[in-house]
Amino acid sequence: MSQTAKTFPRVSLSNPLVNNLIRYLLMILLALLLFGIILLVTGKDPIQSYRDIFSATLGSTYGFSEVLLAMIPMLLTALAVALPARVGLINVGGEGQVYIGAAFATWGALAFQNKPAWILLPLMTLLGMIGGALWAFVPGYLKSIGLVNETIATLLMNSIAPKIVGFLIFGFWHSPMDTVKTDNFVSAARLPTFFDTRVHLGFVFALVLLALFWFIMKYTRWGLEMRAIGGNAQAARRNGIPLKGYLVTVMCIGGAIAGLAGMAQVSGFYGVLLLNFSMGLGFMGFLICWLAGGDPIGIFLMSFVVAVITTGGNLLQLTQGLPYAVINILLALALFVVLASPRFFEGKKA
Amino acid sequence: MSLLSILGVLSSAIFSGTSLLYTTLGEVIGQRSGIVNLGLEGVLLVSASSGFAVTVITGNPFLGLLAAALIGGLTNMILGYLVIHRKANQLASGLALMFFGFGLSALIGKPYVGARINGLPRIPLPGTSGLPQLYTSLFSFDILIHLSIPTAILVWWILFRTRWGLGLRAVGENADTAFASGRDPRLIRYQALFLSGLLAGLGAAHLSIAYTMNWTEYMTAGRGFIAVALVIFSRWHPMRAIVGALVFSGAVAFQLLLQSSGVQVSPFLLDTIPYVLTILVLIAWGGNRRQSAPASLGCVYHGTE
Repeated sequence: MSQTAKTFPRVSLSNPLVNNLIRYLLMILLALLLFGIILLVTGKDPIQSYRDIFSATLGSTYGFSEVLLAMIPMLLTALAVALPARVGLINVGGEGQVYIGAAFATWGALAFQNKPAWILLPLMTLLGMIGGALWAFVPGYLKSIGLVNETIATLLMNSIAPKIVGFLIFGFWHSPMDTVKTDNFVSAARLPTFFDTRVHLGFVFALVLLALFWFIMKYTRWGLEMRAIGGNAQAARRNGIPLKGYLVTVMCIGGAIAGLAGMAQVSGFYGVLLLNFSMGLGFMGFLICWLAGGDPIGIFLMSFVVAVITTGGNLLQLTQGLPYAVINILLALALFVVLASPRFFEGKKA
Repeated sequence: MSLLSILGVLSSAIFSGTSLLYTTLGEVIGQRSGIVNLGLEGVLLVSASSGFAVTVITGNPFLGLLAAALIGGLTNMILGYLVIHRKANQLASGLALMFFGFGLSALIGKPYVGARINGLPRIPLPGTSGLPQLYTSLFSFDILIHLSIPTAILVWWILFRTRWGLGLRAVGENADTAFASGRDPRLIRYQALFLSGLLAGLGAAHLSIAYTMNWTEYMTAGRGFIAVALVIFSRWHPMRAIVGALVFSGAVAFQLLLQSSGVQVSPFLLDTIPYVLTILVLIAWGGNRRQSAPASLGCVYHGTE
């Protein structure tokens, strides 16, 4: 990304940015157009639908805060993919890591529910990160000793994690009323929210981690070594960089960030652990990270766009009588359009 | 525990495993050509919903079957365009296709939630006509089940005994070499993806038209990802996919068997067995090159530019 810009100084800095923005807007327009046609075919009013989406998201302060709320898990799960990608690891396992992180955090919330918030919340955060890290350790370790490809391993472990959560909820944690979820968390186990919105502390976590990621990659020795591994792992190893240690550690940190997303969802968003609560958050993070080329600012912008679409979908369901899942079409069309345009963000990681 | 209950469990394993087998066979073809399709879940959903809709409209399950297969093939063409023509990342494109399938199937299926259909007719297994009614009904399968093992053999034959199959595997191993030996990697990958979509469509049709005979949102419940896991489990070989599909659906059957004999094991934990088994199998191979994935799986073919 930035390296290419530096090695080829003939490209002025502002032009590609403006170009990218224009291309980006055109792509969104194309996706909106395609989805509008689909809406027309099914007999809905596309103009009114888009007006609804807009007013539900960017048209009011509350709507905007809902968009920020939806961004939280996306930012975190995208970061959980971006960091391992820097050393060439493909972490498709965000989905599983989110579940296990949420399960660990829930254990903390249920087991220590009479503790005050200043003990309980840090504990849950730590537990969530440990859970995600453990779930990522297995594929990371298997990869580092050259046994199993991390893409395959993380993908398989995605399918295991929700079932373990199901086992825990059904077997031990379910509330007396309902077998598909736990009791509501005590208020000390809920992440504090800002003002009168539902945006919770997880947003700050996500922003701090994004900034930290950018800083570490750019200004520290670790970042340099990670980029070296991502560039040529064998060359990096021969230069004395501890390759295996990096692979396992970076994968675990990625998992920990995804686990934090899980913790933020159960503690900040739902306030309860639900069966199958994630519904593709980890996969969404992978897509966002990939589309953003692993770049922190790109991740932020992409998450924002995706969050606007998914938040708007809620209203579409109410006003147009469409199933909520239909908004996934608009989302996918936007993704298709971006995927179909090569070199959208320079130097994207494969 | 009676013989009847064991046979009943076996029968239900066959019923639930058939959609998996077709999907897996399709994905074997796709991955052998070098394309991993994480959007299988979406393809299945679109096929299942449109097949069901066509069955409701026409009243003919065979037309529904045909529609599901064709739609499956066409949906896969979206992935084909992105990863072959536009050289997009396969994992990301597949996941985008999955979200597309979630949405489109919900839109297609919405008017038909709760609709009733005549499913695919059941034909008794030959040679069971002399048995009591109870047993015959357990083993009267629809046409897709009867054809499932022949289809696996056919896929094996296509992949390993025809020139086209040889070309397809060559493209999956090394597209540049295949190109140098006079094959068109892009065309072959499109063909493989279409065939793969057809088979996935048949699997989806079995789910909605023959097995459950209804449509509910997200009815595939992860079968697409199971199929991807199964392809790895069966080491990219169609005949081993039969065993794999039986192991996966057998876990469900095993759970019913345990329950009927009074042993309480969480169904959730039993559901994880196939995945854990797949990971263990992968570890057991220990990165052995001969047994592993097609070499250029997931790679972009850039052509001669």
